[in-house]
Amino acid sequence: MKNYFKLAWRNLWRNKRRTMITVSSVLFAIFLALLMRSMQFGSYELLEREAIRNSTGFIQIHGQGYWEDKIIDNTLEVTPEFDKIIKSDPNISDAIPRIESFALASSGNLTKGVALIGTLPDMEDKITNLKSRVLKGNYFENESDQGLLVAQDLAKFLQLEVGDTVVLLSQGYHGLSAAGEFQVRGLLHFPFPEMNKQLIYMTLEASQYFFAAENRLTSYSLMLNEPEDLDKTFQKLNASLGQQYEIMTWKEMLIELQQQIQSDSISGIFMLGILYVVVAFGIFGTILMMTLERRKEFSVMIAVGMQRYKLAFIVFLETLYMGFIGVIAGAIVSLPVVYYFHNHPIPLTGETATAMLEFNQQPIIPFAFRADIYIAQAIIVFILTFVIAFYPLLSISRFNLISGLHS
Amino acid sequence: MNVIETKDLYKIYNSTQVPVHAVNGINLIIKKGEFTAIVGPSGCGKTTLLNLIGGLDSPTEGKVFVSGNDLCSLKSTRLIDFRMHNIGFVFQSFNLIPVLTVKENIEFIMQLQGRSRTECNQRVDELLEAIGLPDKKNHRPNQLSGGQQQRVSVARALASKPQFILADEPTANLDSKATNELLELMEKLNQEEEMTFIFSTHDERVMKKARRLVSLDDGKIIKDLSL
Repeated sequence: MKNYFKLAWRNLWRNKRRTMITVSSVLFAIFLALLMRSMQFGSYELLEREAIRNSTGFIQIHGQGYWEDKIIDNTLEVTPEFDKIIKSDPNISDAIPRIESFALASSGNLTKGVALIGTLPDMEDKITNLKSRVLKGNYFENESDQGLLVAQDLAKFLQLEVGDTVVLLSQGYHGLSAAGEFQVRGLLHFPFPEMNKQLIYMTLEASQYFFAAENRLTSYSLMLNEPEDLDKTFQKLNASLGQQYEIMTWKEMLIELQQQIQSDSISGIFMLGILYVVVAFGIFGTILMMTLERRKEFSVMIAVGMQRYKLAFIVFLETLYMGFIGVIAGAIVSLPVVYYFHNHPIPLTGETATAMLEFNQQPIIPFAFRADIYIAQAIIVFILTFVIAFYPLLSISRFNLISGLHS
Repeated sequence: MNVIETKDLYKIYNSTQVPVHAVNGINLIIKKGEFTAIVGPSGCGKTTLLNLIGGLDSPTEGKVFVSGNDLCSLKSTRLIDFRMHNIGFVFQSFNLIPVLTVKENIEFIMQLQGRSRTECNQRVDELLEAIGLPDKKNHRPNQLSGGQQQRVSVARALASKPQFILADEPTANLDSKATNELLELMEKLNQEEEMTFIFSTHDERVMKKARRLVSLDDGKIIKDLSL
């Protein structure tokens, strides 16, 4: 067996230049594929991180049934035990309690349906930088602030300015009516028109009072120290909080984002496909030549007693060697590049950067540094190699010995 | 003892269009230790006959027996194994494996046979001594002259200790000096080791060394002389 490996290795270097060209084509394909995939996955990771930060958090806790039916009656109650469990988990870095519901906002003769979010001002600012979105007026002064932060387009519709009062009307907890008059403390600007048209922020305390839902929340968003331990933390919370709570990870909540990522990833896979077709033909060309120009030699080997399948195995090894060298070399070359860009993401400038900043996203192109990307590319090239190796296998198993000896 | 026996052997090419009788009803017996030359003009069927005897090609009709074994009844993989253990081949253009050294070329078949390393080494040394190239052990074929390469190919053919050696025009690519050296080597092996040689040739010098001349024309034996 050792001799087959030796023979295959030596055969590979009969035509050094040709082998080097083939290996180089695999190397460059792997290099480009790794760079492309690392960049793509890096962007997805950033997108997910930002979505987690700006909307759901890594894990959300709701009252049972809230996700399906988002009404104020499906809120959860913050008990001392609940609070203790959340605070005692070392992987939970921050927890943002929120009340989110809908209300009618009225100013003068104008009325509009709005989305109301009650939150802890400092915590909200820490996680989502809400303070930076204040366009006019001021942010909440403290957790008991009774003012409102109104999205700019909504304020425009209701003809509100800082200092004006607005009447909110909604349904409170257990059918109570929620009504109140609030002063506009500041106007907010969001990059999404839908948010600009309907969002009103108030403090958690004010919202709980408004909805008559003292000590109740619609969601508790949790940020994690180690996102990799998401499943562990999720399972732990599930076990300790029990059936009365609905615990969801961001993966369950941001399904649309994941679908968008998947569809974008398919376009990346398509590009990779084109790259690999080129590489496959490169390897195939070399193997084809190697097989054709050695027909006489193959015939002699079979004539003197070598079984065809053993010969096919040697040629298969040659194909495998080429793929293997290309993959290893490509991985080695790309490793420092990907690692560098992983630690030093490419900064974006100009309008793109401004747009990204407005969406509360970092204006960078990050690179993912993950073993699975490398493993996937290696597997693809090996599969290609296996497929290509079928040609010499078929050729060797079928060719005529006598015509081979006379070739 | 009959090493080779052919019975009513035919090989017809293009049998559906214009049939060419490359081998046309040959009955031939080769005994152990013979040094036989198959001679005749180009296209008379020498190489085809050797291919049939060597199990490289299958006859259209008739039988080939090697030490009593009917080659035509063996399946492809069994036939390859049979060749490996029983038949040595020497080709006109040497056909050594270019990426292997002289030693590795000689031991190639022994390794296919699964012989031990010690046995391989010992046999290679014996054969290198016999062909007079002990100092070329680690050379690659392209570092040897044509004559030397052909001697190595004889050693390769002998390595598996076959029952006979088939040599198709072994001297066709050699100069006179190399031809004489090769013939002396083959004669020596024939006499000392009682190795049976069957070779095809048009070379007068080879014919002179042969102890039996089988002349072919149009695929038939026209003369069979023991000298």
